[in-house]
Amino acid sequence: MALLTCQDLALGYEGKKVVENLSFSVDSGDYLCVVGENGSGKSTLIKTLLKLMPPIKGQILTGDGLKQNEIGYLPQQTEVQKDFPASVKEVVLSGCLNRSGLGPFYSSGEKKLALANMEKLGITNLAKRCYRELSGGQQQRVLLARALCATHKLLLLDEPVAGLDPKATADMYQLIEKLNAADGITVIMISHDIGAAARYASHILHIGHQKPLFYGRKTDYTASELGRAFCLAKGDEA
Amino acid sequence: MQIMIEKLSLYFQFPFVRYALIVGVLISLSSSLLGVTLVLKRFSFIGDGLSHVAFGAIAIATILNLSNNMVLVVPITVLCGILLLATGQHTKIKGDAAVAMLSVGSLAIGYLLLNLFSVSANLAGDVCATLFGSTAILTLTMTEVWLCIGMSLLVIAVFLLFYRQIFAVTFDETFAKATGTKANIYNLLIAVIISVIIVLAMNLVGSLLISALVICPALSAMRVFKSFKSVILCSVVISVVCTALGILLAILISTPVGATIVTVDIITFGLFSLLGRMTGGKI
Repeated sequence: MALLTCQDLALGYEGKKVVENLSFSVDSGDYLCVVGENGSGKSTLIKTLLKLMPPIKGQILTGDGLKQNEIGYLPQQTEVQKDFPASVKEVVLSGCLNRSGLGPFYSSGEKKLALANMEKLGITNLAKRCYRELSGGQQQRVLLARALCATHKLLLLDEPVAGLDPKATADMYQLIEKLNAADGITVIMISHDIGAAARYASHILHIGHQKPLFYGRKTDYTASELGRAFCLAKGDEA
Repeated sequence: MQIMIEKLSLYFQFPFVRYALIVGVLISLSSSLLGVTLVLKRFSFIGDGLSHVAFGAIAIATILNLSNNMVLVVPITVLCGILLLATGQHTKIKGDAAVAMLSVGSLAIGYLLLNLFSVSANLAGDVCATLFGSTAILTLTMTEVWLCIGMSLLVIAVFLLFYRQIFAVTFDETFAKATGTKANIYNLLIAVIISVIIVLAMNLVGSLLISALVICPALSAMRVFKSFKSVILCSVVISVVCTALGILLAILISTPVGATIVTVDIITFGLFSLLGRMTGGKI
């Protein structure tokens, strides 16, 4: 059974549909990239997958023993975080909260997990640094390490390279690819960077206004008329 | 120096001075715990807002001639605290505007009611005492002292128990929710704790100066320290030391207690800003 299956979803706020007829499934080890213009319902899809808001219609099924609190999430940065006094270690550890009991302390097992994930993302040397003083790319790595503490199965990434410079962007994509290929973590990434999607993803879901335009393997997408048109348009811009 | 010590030891023979010091230290300890969270959630003015609500509630309690006005003040303040903090980001009136509305509204209504149904000969004096807490802390009864001790211990216990959840919810509410932390419950918890603290602190510094007690130590600590834990610890220490110092100074030079404490807090903030600039954030 697939890790995550969406059947005939309709999404939106307060009864107003943003997108409908959405059906797709994600298998273990997939790298699904969700692309589409601003306002096409990508963020709404993420929020619905995370159960932060209910779908208007349809259902989301989880399989392979995936529990709702085992989805790691990399959100876009918030205002609050820009002057939040927290060390990198504290931020990464906070990802362990969902597997932890009550009380003021994290267990030694959780601390080891946090350290291992920081090692994996190459931020061990930043452990004692203050989160708000890091560069954008470093901050994203910290949040990614936190997300990895919450899951070892499925990562949901919301515009992971927004606001990063080209070098940090390339590093970030490589890191995600490594997590997907080497650690077998399933990735669902929201992006409007179709070029990167076509390069790294295994599957692509393209949402247009109000309806899905394409869902399937990347190779089929780049061969399709839609995919060619969009990739070409991107190429012209660059 | 000799004279000062003699004066202090003379004053400390009175039980009400000892009560004032105990209650003062406990209240400043518990109020500084959540200061960081409130500053970061952009709710610095909630102390002001809720204390004005408490002022309105006290006015109503006075008119109704309640023997123990806390029966009315605590529930009303907690309710307003929940309305402000726990309704989240999707309200029609946003945080700062809602606080301002509530604050001005209850202050006006409270003062109006007191004027209409005056029960005291010295209205202006009563209002001044409630707002500035000029002598309230020196007239505490035994029951109030125990109430304060109990409530402060409760606040500290709850904070310690849910320290990690409070961190997670303050740092990134969406992530916390997405990974299965019941963020709404913790927001509610924060709102209840802060309301209780504000009602407690009104006895100490009066309603106008509560914001300073909640916010100043947190801001001072954030100037110098860089991790959540060290900021919290430092703001607790700053708060306790400043309050104790403020009370002692107020006794020695016969100044109003609340105003003296806040002045000491503000001077400390200045010193920590300087320290933060000198160390360049290396701690």
